[in-house]
Formats: sequence, C-alpha cells, structure tokens
Amino acid sequence: MSSSSCNGSPSLNPVPTHGQPLWLLAELTYKCPLQCPYCANPLDFANRSSELSTAEWLKVFEEGRKLGAVQLGFSGGEPLVRQDLVELIKGARELGYYSNLITSGVGLNERKVEAFREAGLDHIQVSFQAADESVNNMLAGSQKAFEQKLKMAREVKAQGYPMVLNFVTHRHNIDQIDRIIELCVELEADYVELATCQYYGWAYENRENLLPTRAQLERAERITNEYRAKLAAEGNPIKLIFVTPDYYEERPKGCMNGWGQVFLTVTPDGTALPCHSAKMLPIEFPNVREHALDHIWNESFGFNHFRGYEWMKEPCRSCDDKEKDFGGCRCQAYMMTGDATNADPVCSKSEHHHLITDARMAAENQTAESEMLFRNERNSRVFFKG
Amino acid sequence: MITVESIPSLNRMFRFQWEQAQDSYVLLYPEGMIQLNGPAGEILALVDGERSVDAITRALESKFPDAEGIGGDVLEFLADAQQQRWITL
Repeated sequence: MSSSSCNGSPSLNPVPTHGQPLWLLAELTYKCPLQCPYCANPLDFANRSSELSTAEWLKVFEEGRKLGAVQLGFSGGEPLVRQDLVELIKGARELGYYSNLITSGVGLNERKVEAFREAGLDHIQVSFQAADESVNNMLAGSQKAFEQKLKMAREVKAQGYPMVLNFVTHRHNIDQIDRIIELCVELEADYVELATCQYYGWAYENRENLLPTRAQLERAERITNEYRAKLAAEGNPIKLIFVTPDYYEERPKGCMNGWGQVFLTVTPDGTALPCHSAKMLPIEFPNVREHALDHIWNESFGFNHFRGYEWMKEPCRSCDDKEKDFGGCRCQAYMMTGDATNADPVCSKSEHHHLITDARMAAENQTAESEMLFRNERNSRVFFKG
Repeated sequence: MITVESIPSLNRMFRFQWEQAQDSYVLLYPEGMIQLNGPAGEILALVDGERSVDAITRALESKFPDAEGIGGDVLEFLADAQQQRWITL
C-alpha cells in the first residue's frame, strides 16, 4: 500500500495511500440545551477555547470542497445555537455541498426551517431520545424536549425536506423499538437510524447504565426485521437502519472506513480530526487556524499517524482481516488498553478481549441502577480539573 | 409501468449534480452519495419533468451520434431508476 517511486527503490517514508475527505463534519459549537448521557462530545468540552468565526468556517468549507468533500454536516453540540447558521448554509450551498443539519430540534421553529430551506439546506436530521415522552425528557434532561421534537419533525416534512430521525438506543429504550418505529412511520421519516450507543466519552462513563443485554439486542433486531418486511409489503419507502453495538461482535468494526480515508471532523475551536472521538488520543492534531485543510489532510502527522499498516502490532499485523477492519477503532484501543496501537479489544484475538466480555456480563447481571452522569457544563468541569 | 411516453422527474429526496472530484454525475441524499456511470449520468441529466422517455432518447442520440438504437437501454435504466426511487413518473 506504500506509494510507488519512479526508480523502483523504496522511499524512506512512504505516505500510505488515502482517499478524499468526502465527508466534512463541522462541529459548530459545544453548546447544547440538552444533557444526553451518551453525548459524543469530549468529556472536557467545557475547557475549550473560542469558537471559529463565520469567516473561518467558510474558509474551511471552501478548502474542503477543493479536496473533494461533498457531504457537509452541521453538528455540535446543538448547531442551532450558532447565530450565523443561515450564512453558513448559504456558503455551503454556493460551494456545491449537500448540507445536513444534525439537530435535537430544540431551538428550531417554522421560520428557521423555512429560512434554512431558502438558504439551500438539503436535509434535516432530528434526534430523539425515546418514543415515550417521560423517558425522552428524562434522558434529554429537559421537560419540553419531546413535544418540541414532534412538532419540528412534522414541520421538516411539511416543508419538503428529506428527513432522517435518529434514535440512540440503549437498555432503557431498546425494548420499545416497536413504538419507536411506529412513531417514525407516523412522522413520515425517510430514513430511521436505530443506532446503539457508541461507548466513548459520556457514553463510556455511563456504559453500565446504557449497554443492553444480548437478549434485548436480538429481540430489537428481530422486531426491526419484521417491520422492514411489513413496511416494504405496504409499499412504504422508509428505510430502517439498525446499528448494533460492537460490544457484541467478535471482530471489530472498520472504524471510519479507515483512519483519514473518508472523514474529516473540525471541532468548534478548529481542531481537525479523522473522527469526532480522536481528540482523546495522545496525538497532536492540527488546527484549521494554523494550517490549510490540504496540508492537514495530506501531510499532517495526526492524519498520517494510523494510515496504512506499518503502525500495527500483533495480532493485527499478520491478520488476514486487517485490510477489512484496520484493527478496529484506535480510540477504543486507547481508552480500554492504554495503547492506541493495540488491536481493538472487541476482537476476540485481542489479549484484552475480556474487557468486552466483562462488560457484556455486567449488562447481564445488572440489577440496581446507578446514577447517570449527565452531559452538562458542571459535570464537564470535573473532567478537566481532573 | 414506465413507457416511452412517460415523463420522469427526479425524486426531490435526491440532488443530482456533476462532481468534479469524482469526474462523474452523482446523486446526493442524506449523508450519502451514489456515483453514476457515464450513460446513467447522461440519461439523468436529461430528466427534468418535461421531457418524455422518447424525447430523452432522441436528445441522447443527437448528442452521441454513434449511439443509435439506445431506446431500449434508456427505458430499461429508467425503469430501474424508478425502482430505486431516484425518479418518479
């Protein structure tokens, strides 16, 4: 996989081949009115310097487009908190991006949905915490969230957008999967993501409270398949996307389609990352305030770090699956084993695989519920005072 | 059932555009992209909610004089595109 050189001799530092950053995720802000205990933002989000300005974001979008980026996600935190969202949408549209607003729906109203449409926004994804008002509001840490989400989902469809509804599933809501699907059908979603928690950041802290049992998971998958068949037979074009937690796999996921291959995330303060969890790694990542995206993607230490296979240790290095799963997730390896070059412990070949099977066992045996750690400023400060 | 008289439109759930970085036409949808091969892209570029399948075929035949008798292929592709919900009739 190393780059070829014209005289046929191997170069000293071959840069492993890599693709284009087709997917640019703009985490516009870490501010959010909700407090979901499985939030993907870093634990120490409260300890972050200033957010990128409108002009700085537009420059990032322009540079990303030149590198081949075509999908642009406005994410956060809650991206609606940014007062310049219409301007950013307009800029993205002029550059030819397909733009996706990934929102909780809290802070949205009919006027904004319309203004975004006029500015050229292509799609709105609304996240729900549950299909049940009280569970939803408990998880969101907000009493009015559910009603607002329903209203906004209806508005998004009324204004002709394609709509994705996203439900993060876990042990508290996965048994209501039938009600979740019914709600999505009623709201006329085009795509439904039934995505189990990814156990990083806040979700890792709350894993004991969130990881479903294998039986819960299998039941949910079976019901989802039954709905798929039933809805297809009725001619309903809705697409149900079911994402299982890797904790119940024996081989790791091909995380991000490979390090620095397709995805580029920019955090609120301008740090560029190969995935939105990578900030936790003990690696220096470049900032868009200091470097052009072209340099960041193609030449920076952070993005080249886990490209190719040279960095791998055993059992990955000699494994037949390494080109399929790239040794799994670097963040999970680091978080659970303390070494980011280890195999992802999800892999049954990993000497650390017991960390995963222990967590499965704990999910099985859990009786009393412990307190959930909610994602908010106060709790976040605990992590950076550390 | 699609016929040569049908007038296809792009499904508004998709956005169709030329993508320089891929050197091809693409269909964009929430968080995804379908890269179209040459003929597929050329056909969809003519789908505008006004031209009939027959008119699309004639437009292609005048743009690509070597491609005579492609009516069957165009119809077959558009039937497939309808099934994929890229177009509506």
